[in-house]
Amino acid sequence: MTFISNLINGISLGSVYAIIALGYTMVYGIAKMLNFAHGDVIMIGAYTSFCMTTYVGMSPVVSVVVAMAVCTILGSLIEAFAYKPLRKATSLAVLITAIGVSYFLQNMALLIWGSTPKTFSSVVPNSSIALFDGKLIITYESIITIIACILIMVVLTLFTKKSKMGKAMRAVSEDKEAAELMGINVNVTISITFAIGSALAAIAGVLLCSAYPVLVPTTGSMPGIKAFVAAVFGGIGSIPGAMVGGILLGIIEIFSKSYISTLLSDAIVFAVLILVLLIKPTGILGKKITEKV
Amino acid sequence: MNKIKSLNKSTLTNIKSYGLVVLAFIILFPMQNMGLINHSISGLLVPICAYVVMAISLNLTVGFLGELSLGHAEFMSVGAFSSVVVSICLQEAIPSGPLRLLVAIAAGGICAGLAGFIIGIPVLRLRGDYLAIVTLAFGEIIKNIINCLYIGVDGSGLHFSMKDIASLGLTNGKIILNGPQGAVGITKLSTFTAGIILIIFALFVVLNFVNSKSGRAVTAIRDNRIAAESLGISVTRYKLTAFIISAALAGMAGALFAMNFSTIAAKKFDFNTSILVLVFVVLGGMGNIPGTIIATALLYTLPELLRFLNDYRMLIYAIVLIIVMLLRNSERAKQIINRMICTFKFNKSGGKGDEGNV
Repeated sequence: MTFISNLINGISLGSVYAIIALGYTMVYGIAKMLNFAHGDVIMIGAYTSFCMTTYVGMSPVVSVVVAMAVCTILGSLIEAFAYKPLRKATSLAVLITAIGVSYFLQNMALLIWGSTPKTFSSVVPNSSIALFDGKLIITYESIITIIACILIMVVLTLFTKKSKMGKAMRAVSEDKEAAELMGINVNVTISITFAIGSALAAIAGVLLCSAYPVLVPTTGSMPGIKAFVAAVFGGIGSIPGAMVGGILLGIIEIFSKSYISTLLSDAIVFAVLILVLLIKPTGILGKKITEKV
Repeated sequence: MNKIKSLNKSTLTNIKSYGLVVLAFIILFPMQNMGLINHSISGLLVPICAYVVMAISLNLTVGFLGELSLGHAEFMSVGAFSSVVVSICLQEAIPSGPLRLLVAIAAGGICAGLAGFIIGIPVLRLRGDYLAIVTLAFGEIIKNIINCLYIGVDGSGLHFSMKDIASLGLTNGKIILNGPQGAVGITKLSTFTAGIILIIFALFVVLNFVNSKSGRAVTAIRDNRIAAESLGISVTRYKLTAFIISAALAGMAGALFAMNFSTIAAKKFDFNTSILVLVFVVLGGMGNIPGTIIATALLYTLPELLRFLNDYRMLIYAIVLIIVMLLRNSERAKQIINRMICTFKFNKSGGKGDEGNV
């Protein structure tokens, strides 16, 4: 039973990683940049939801919607001011700018909310289902997180496959110049990708802080890095890859925490990543790109 | 003709780099001795030296080898902790402080170089962003392992443990590395002079390497790997050489850094430190050694200089970073700057009227 409960916890944590990783992977796929500020957008989302429920007294569900709106606007603003002028710059320049944005968001949060940790009250009713005479306990949080992840996955897949915007996104990620020649507005497409990624980050932030209720300005960094790892793990640029990578990462983390060592769990997660990349250098579901001379 | 020109250029870079460091020493050393520098800045001198060495060594990986490393602080960490262990163990064998520092720094460099060799073999098989993420992963792994490591020394030698202090089984010994608290009881040996000497050593190694046959092979690989390979350059060998040199120098920087404090924890050398050094390198200019030195010194002191802004200083730092990146890399900013320069140059008197149109 412990095994199953660990597995469920792992999938639940992995679902959060998967949602964050989706944001990374979409932005990477389309703009070819590592958006290091993504983890901090998560943190802003969580803080927004916290403020809305604690100070304004909104219901948790409405607070999530507000958080999504705030993050969408924030993501678009960051994109417009910091990333758009650097479309033609080297990827390293964009990376450093993203790091600057990440510092900016963290210190902004530090000024607004201070460094004392805030206790995030879960947006999900704090109870659980007991199965097999109470041997297996599943919290509502895990269930909601997993359902949210599956829903997002389905909607996003349909969106990229069927809708006009989604097709434009895939076209831009394949070949920017050709897409432009087909009459696709590349700039708008990239901006919308950022907006969607940031809205997902808000959901992830709320779910993450519902499970781990301590909220500080650096809350987003470590999950951000791990989700990035998850995205690479599954093959960066691929949406199902982010999902698979995220969930596998969550399971590995929880299993190594409960069966091997709590302190070394991060080391184990990263070691598995290195192994996967050495065996399959483009990730689990990544496309192999052949180099032309 | 071309050869002479390029020779001149490299000699010029050498003169600039060494001159800059020597000049900084000549100005700062007497000032520090006479107490003309305020206390908080003078405390930064050794860390600045360590970070300059770090930036020079990372510039070898990022600028000359052309591979993005997001885990350079891991080598700093390896160097720092191995040097601390060596220096505490040799406390009685080598009573002279500077000599012990030298041995400790050398030990740090060797251990970090070894780590660079072990990590480099798998890492350098990958390319681009994948390589970056694996260096990040190795950095986190090393941080995690050092966080769980306990090392103690007594009459019978060194004791290691991954569990706790009690399991070290020390008899009348001394704890060197105390898990998450890091290394304790370090004798402060680093001095500004030692830091400057280390910078000059790093410059000597890197500049000579870059201008050597191996260095030219490395830059050829950076510019076009396939073309270099077709000319019979062994890509793995040269990449690995550059990576090991870079790691060893980072280890020495770590040793210098650690010996400046009485305690030091593994979390000091995390992802953020790697990023910090990367920022120095990118802002200083990739492949530009004098630029890196200036950028490191300026950016490392910037938060200190901005102290009067209190809580806002890191925010201002972030904004400065973003603005500098935008000004240097955005097409529009370049156009505007160029136009301003032109207006200023050719139309000094009428400059004001034109600026309105920009």
